[in-house]
Amino acid sequence: MKYVREALFPIVAVACAFLVGGVVILLIGDSPVQTYRLLIGSAFSWPDGIGYTLFFATPLIFTGLAVAVAFRCGLLNIGAEGQLYVAAFAAAWVGIKLGGVVIPAATGGAANLPLANLPGIILIPLCCLAAIAAGAFWGAIPGVLKARFGSHEVINTIMLNFIAVALCGYFTQYHYRTPGDSIMESAEISAAAHLPRLGGFIPGLPPRIPLNMAFLLAILACVLVYVFLWKTKWGYELRATGQNPAAAEYGGVSIRKQIILAMAISGGLAGMVGINEVLGYRYRYYDGFSDNYGFTGIAVALLGRNHPAGVFIAALLFAVLQRGGLPVDAFTQLVSKDIVQILQGLVILFVAAEAMFRGPINLIGRLGRGKAAEPVVGSV
Amino acid sequence: MDQLFTMSLVFSTIRLATPLVWAAIGGLYSERSGVINVALEGLMLAGAFTAAAVTFYAGNPWAGLACAMLAGGFVAYLIAVACIRFKANEVVTGTGVNILFLGLPAVLSGALFLSSGSTPQLPKEQLMPSLAQLIPGMPQWRVFTDVSVISLLALVVALATAHVLYRTPFGLRLRAVGENPEAADAAGVRVNRIRYAAVILSGVLAGVGGAYLSIGQSSLFLRNMTAGRGFIALAALIFGKWRPLQTLLACVLFGFADAITIQMQGVAKLPSGEDIPVQFVQMIPYVVTIVMLAGFIGQSRAPSALGIPYEKER
Repeated sequence: MKYVREALFPIVAVACAFLVGGVVILLIGDSPVQTYRLLIGSAFSWPDGIGYTLFFATPLIFTGLAVAVAFRCGLLNIGAEGQLYVAAFAAAWVGIKLGGVVIPAATGGAANLPLANLPGIILIPLCCLAAIAAGAFWGAIPGVLKARFGSHEVINTIMLNFIAVALCGYFTQYHYRTPGDSIMESAEISAAAHLPRLGGFIPGLPPRIPLNMAFLLAILACVLVYVFLWKTKWGYELRATGQNPAAAEYGGVSIRKQIILAMAISGGLAGMVGINEVLGYRYRYYDGFSDNYGFTGIAVALLGRNHPAGVFIAALLFAVLQRGGLPVDAFTQLVSKDIVQILQGLVILFVAAEAMFRGPINLIGRLGRGKAAEPVVGSV
Repeated sequence: MDQLFTMSLVFSTIRLATPLVWAAIGGLYSERSGVINVALEGLMLAGAFTAAAVTFYAGNPWAGLACAMLAGGFVAYLIAVACIRFKANEVVTGTGVNILFLGLPAVLSGALFLSSGSTPQLPKEQLMPSLAQLIPGMPQWRVFTDVSVISLLALVVALATAHVLYRTPFGLRLRAVGENPEAADAAGVRVNRIRYAAVILSGVLAGVGGAYLSIGQSSLFLRNMTAGRGFIALAALIFGKWRPLQTLLACVLFGFADAITIQMQGVAKLPSGEDIPVQFVQMIPYVVTIVMLAGFIGQSRAPSALGIPYEKER
């Protein structure tokens, strides 16, 4: 019964978000039914609908897991956005520098020469590791700041988001852009570093759809996070810290170490978005590529009750909406695809304020006594 | 370098600091009462869009400004209900509002003006006036001709907040509720009522900051036109140690950093002859905030009860 209850809150929250979203659509003067049919229906066509939905779900699974792991330790990682930018740049950097890519100089200066020209079998794992390490490093910074100085991780992660974008922008603009390229993007990574698209393996799925091996990595990450959190000593200590820091400390857990560890793992998971983006899709660092993945990750984690299985399902839901935004733009008269952002925002708000459903749900269902303990998040 | 430090830099600083001051002072009320406000960005967007849309229909910027304040206040009221009544996580709620207001103005302007997220251009006479335009016969100094009244009012609001916070009963209660709600409750202060008032006030003020962007500084609403200013305002609030006058100075400092970034482009050079990368100047407010929070330059201490919902003892 506990699981039914756990699933009920998110379902009610999503329903409420769609209800309010429907009112907005009605007020605008369009049909909610038609809009929602386009929004959801287009995701299930084969191969484009399903292919793109799974592709859009990939980064959201990573960021959702990232936020969930931090949340389990009682931390709010608002910085997945920054972590994934740094990671994407790191992946591109390795793909360029160790992949034998020469970036010619703009005018006068020396060309940017590669350090090595590695084959794919070494280069791809190195690029992946670079992304994870860079994300983990960027995530560990607010962890260390909190553990060492007690400064609040929320403010620090927000600040680090902006710093990450500016830093990557600087390196892209001044050192890794192909001269003459008017777009803020790095040079292309070595062809050896390209991650294979799933189109090559699944019959009927054309390779033009960017769904790639990173999706399998995302599923693997879900499993690993589950095993880590619930089947290992470290995961146990991490969750204990989130549930009751004082009791955990009394039980011999170093809170400071857990905070840094949780933020580093969280950052590493967010960093894996860079693998999907750089190695599997664009093959370069592209300034501003993230479609709010880090922030949507918060919604995904909350909706998925900070559990890997829940995160996977919630990521699929948001991916369906994202994919559905395109036909909404094209085929409705007044509603634009930004309705997706409205729904996302509403889902977050309703999940956050789920206490408003507690009364009615308990009254109707009497599904369980006593709410499962939640980590205390956001205490300074 | 001589071309860099001109009078226009001063006025550019005033222009860029104005929305920060409104939003940061708004955030100050909320946070001093113990409610984290990361929704400043969304509240500003709500104000900016409402101001531009209402001014377009009403033809009067004052109506636009009033509605922006109402919109900001209303959204903040919803935040207050979620966070105070239903004890929703304040940071998560704020993030939800920020995402909601990336989408909502875009959808509404798409439907109202058949645009892709912006409102129609407003004529110059429908924008917020400067003091010289408002009161005929003012001396033609640049402070009166080039500076919007909202900028001058920002200064007034910051000074007034310093007075309210430290010299009025409301200010005393507000601080008490943010530092020690149990004690305030025992002394007869209605904790949650003060918090509601503070959060709503923060929305009203952030709404003005947003309105300044759309009907003061420019003449239309653009998608995501705040571009992170709500977060810079939050940084300024922390840099200003949650105190009104220091926060005002922090906003001016960050506005100055922004102004100098714009002026520097193509003017200033490093000794090696290269442009100074703007990214490093853009980073300053954020780096300064992190350093400040870590306690390297003077400790910045948050109100003790910040982020903790208050439950009255029974």
